[in-house]
Order: sequence, then structure tokens, then C-alpha cells
Amino acid sequence: MIEAHALHKRYGRLLAVDGISFKVEPGEVLGFLGPNGAGKSTTMKMIAGFLAPTSGTAKVCGHDVQAEPMAARRALGYLPEGAPGYGEMSPSGFLGFVADVRGLTGERRRERLQSVLQRLSLGGVLHQPIDTLSKGFKRRVGLAAAILHDPPALILDEPTDGLDPNQKHEVRGLIRELARERTVLLSTHILEEVEAVCSRAMIVARGKVLADATPAELLARSRYQGAVSLLAGDSIAARAALDGMPGVSGFHQDAADGRLYVFPQGRPVAADAVAERLRQRGVVFSSLQPERGRLDEVFRRITTGEATA
Amino acid sequence: MSAVLSVFRREFASYFATPLAAVFLVIFLALAGAFTFYLGGFYEAGQADLQPFFRFHPWLYLLLAPAVAMRLWAEERKSGTLELLLTLPLALWQAVLGKFLAAWAFLGLALALTFPMWITVAWLGDPDHGVIFAGYLGSWLMAGAFLAVGSALSAATRSQVVAFILTVVVCLVLLLAGFPMALDLVRGWAPQAWVDAFAGLSFLTHFQAISRGVLDLRDVVFFLLCIAAWLTATVLVIDLKKAD
Repeated sequence: MIEAHALHKRYGRLLAVDGISFKVEPGEVLGFLGPNGAGKSTTMKMIAGFLAPTSGTAKVCGHDVQAEPMAARRALGYLPEGAPGYGEMSPSGFLGFVADVRGLTGERRRERLQSVLQRLSLGGVLHQPIDTLSKGFKRRVGLAAAILHDPPALILDEPTDGLDPNQKHEVRGLIRELARERTVLLSTHILEEVEAVCSRAMIVARGKVLADATPAELLARSRYQGAVSLLAGDSIAARAALDGMPGVSGFHQDAADGRLYVFPQGRPVAADAVAERLRQRGVVFSSLQPERGRLDEVFRRITTGEATA
Repeated sequence: MSAVLSVFRREFASYFATPLAAVFLVIFLALAGAFTFYLGGFYEAGQADLQPFFRFHPWLYLLLAPAVAMRLWAEERKSGTLELLLTLPLALWQAVLGKFLAAWAFLGLALALTFPMWITVAWLGDPDHGVIFAGYLGSWLMAGAFLAVGSALSAATRSQVVAFILTVVVCLVLLLAGFPMALDLVRGWAPQAWVDAFAGLSFLTHFQAISRGVLDLRDVVFFLLCIAAWLTATVLVIDLKKAD
């Protein structure tokens, strides 16, 4: 379990984190979303025990990170932003060092090292200097170091940043697997990741929590949720035909592809009813399809306050 | 304590993972030899002791100890591993001590590799081995003090070059603290007691006593206290500047 209570961090005159509170339970994956400089990394650094909060408290598995720093750090696996590692060391040497500092010895040490090497497929690069590895491998070495001691709680700062689509897919699979009996807090600014791995998402901007909900709930806030779209030969005629139809709140025409979006009012717009009405009024149309919520639109609206489509 | 040992082992091994160790050891030995034979007049002195060898150690360290110390923390900060290291379950002082001891052991190794010098004087004459041993001990203690200064200044910046230059300057001041050139800077405005205290900080005075074979406990304690003070400063600097 990871808890934060009214965390604040001030750098000089800048208030980087302004009262963030949350609680993540085992089995949950909480995604921290937010623009760059929103305070995501700073919050994570405070929970990981790297930075001291200006005020507020954080707990990892019941251990206060300030009062019992060692117990809190033992319970936590942390992947810092950019997955730093000692460049001149090999993954084998690096993970051996982390195992030493974490006090892993004997059979357990061997078993844990073998387990993470296999899980992250590091067998092939075991003895190459970390500096010479690709970004994907570096990230995996960092992840291996974070989960080496089999921690009940994990904090991953942008775990898939800079990876190619295949690697992203692999890492997400790993996170889902890890999350089964663990508490995971991760940050990302890749919105598709939230839907792919997170059971809950928190949108953070300017050091404050602006939304805390499941991905589905966030999607439901999108005005595209329950909308339908179509290509009409004469979009002005189509609009006129659909205007005033019950359950329709408005229209938007995409400037790029000319697609007309019909937004719902409360309940989703019924595609059949739209098709029926257009046919009645003799409007030619094609590729009528239901739409689903767009996270990027919700994200933008929440973080910037603007409601562009 | 095992955390200190783990950090020590990693850091010590890291010197040898790159050409740094080889380059450093070769230059250290070559310079130590050149200073002894050309500047020190080892043969001309006609004495079976290592005075000409030890006399130039302060200057040798002034150049080379900052080169070893500059990477201690500046590199961790730059590569981001500082965050990794300090979120592992170990106290900050353990990391500082482990890394310092690794650098100190590395300079100890360089110093130990000058053993042919000892063998040479022993073969040429009949030196006082106690004096030579004291000289080695004093030299190593002084190396530790240089490295501790370097550790604190390396913690203050992410640039190794800045760390190097700052360390050379501070070490030079500490070396020369007993000399008129440095004392005049203080004498103009400070009371005599301060001037004496400043002169008492001189590495050179404390080292010269030891290198002559006078292993005064006060000189040993001076260097150990110096190391402790600068390492404490390292801990404070890292703690204050973590966010940068």
C-alpha cells in the first residue's frame, strides 16, 4: 500500500507539489498523468525517500518514509525517471550490487537474480557494459533492479518512455503481471498506457490533483463518449436534418477529414435513429459509426481548462 | 556496515572497469619517480632514506587526488544514479563513507605500488625502516584528507571539471596555509589567534613532521579529523543539494 497525505514540495518560490493526497491498495495500478512539470516526479521522489517533503507525509506499506526510512525503502521498488544505471557496469554487476545493498544472500539471492533476469530477458546482455545497451535494455535493467527484492510496492517513473512499440507492449504486460498482488504507482504521459495498464488514473497539473478516477470514468467525461460520426455529402444539410433531434447536443466537423461528429445529450446517440432520420430527409451519407471517449481530449480539458474538440 | 562494504566494492571495482585505473597508476608512478630522481636528487643526496621521495608527495596529490575525487559524486549526480543509490536501504553517511574509502584504497594501492623505491634504498644502504613506514602512513593519511576535500566539492556540482578545479584550489590553500604567502592573506585583518589557527591547518606542516619519521599522534589525529570534517560536509552538501 502506498499513501500520501497532503504532500507539499517547495523549491524556493516555486510550489512544485501543492497538497497531493492519495492511497493505492495492493492489486491496484495507479497512473499519474500530467503535463511535464506537473509535479509527478517530485511526488514520486518524495515517496521513494529521495527528497524530503516540505510538509505532509507519505507511507509505504504502513512505514512513514521520514520516520522509518529504511523500512519504507525495503518495502519499495523504485525506478527513477530515465532508468539510471552505472554505465561502466554490466547488468550482472549492477544487479549484484543492488542485491548486496538490499541484503540478499545465499539461495534467495541466486533465485531472485535468476528470476528477474529471466523475466526481463536480460540473459543475452548480462556481461555488456550498461552504457553500450539500447534504451530498451537499459530500461529493463532498471526495472530488474526495482523488482529484485520482490517488493510489495512499486513506483515506476515513466517506465515505458522511449521504448519502441514492442518493448512497450512487453513492459506493460510485465507491469500488469506484477500488479496482481502488488501496489503499483506509475507515471506516464502516454495516454494509451493508462487504458492499457492502470486500474485508476490521477490527473495532476501545477502540483494539484485535478481528477482521480478509473480510466472508464475519465473516458465517460469525454464529449465523444456516446457520439456518432459520419461522412455526409452535404454536411450543412446533414446538420440541418439532425438539428433538434432528441438526444443530440451539438455538432463538430473535423477540419481535416470532413467527418461530422454528432454529440449526445445524456444517453448515447443511437446510430440507427441518426441513419433513419438522414434517410428520411434525403441526405446522402456514409461510414456512420459510434464513437468512444477520447482520453486526450479529457486530459487537455482538465489540465488546461479549455474544451477544444 | 555491510552497506558500506557493498558501496566500497562497487566503487573500487568501477575504477578498474575503465582505463582510468591504468592511466592513473602509470602517471602516478611515473611522476613519483620523476620527482624523486630529478627534483629530489635521490642519488645526489647520497642518503639511504626516502626523504626525496616523500617530499614531493603533497604536490603529487595536489594534482592527482582531485582527479580521483572529482567523479565521486559529480558523476552520480549527472548520470542520475544518485537518486538510485539514495533510495536503496542505506543511510547517506554509509554511501559517503563507502565511496570515500574506495577512493582512499585506490590511492593506497597507487602508493603501495611505489614499493620498488623502498626496496631500492634497502638494497643501496641501510635505511631506518620505521621512518619509511611512518612516511608511507603519513603520505596515505594526507591523501585521505585531499580526497575528503574532493568528495565534498564533487558533491557540490554535477560537473567533474568544476569539481576538479575547486578541489585543486582548496587543497592548495590548505597545503600552503603555513606559508607566508597564504598567511599574509589572513594576517592583514584577522587577530593573531586566527592566524595561528589557520597556520595550524596546513597539510604541509603536519606531513613534514610525519615524513621525517616523527609519528606524532597529533598529526595523525589532525588528518583523521580533517577527513571526518570534510566527509561530514559531503553528507550535508548532498542532503542540501539533492533536488538540483
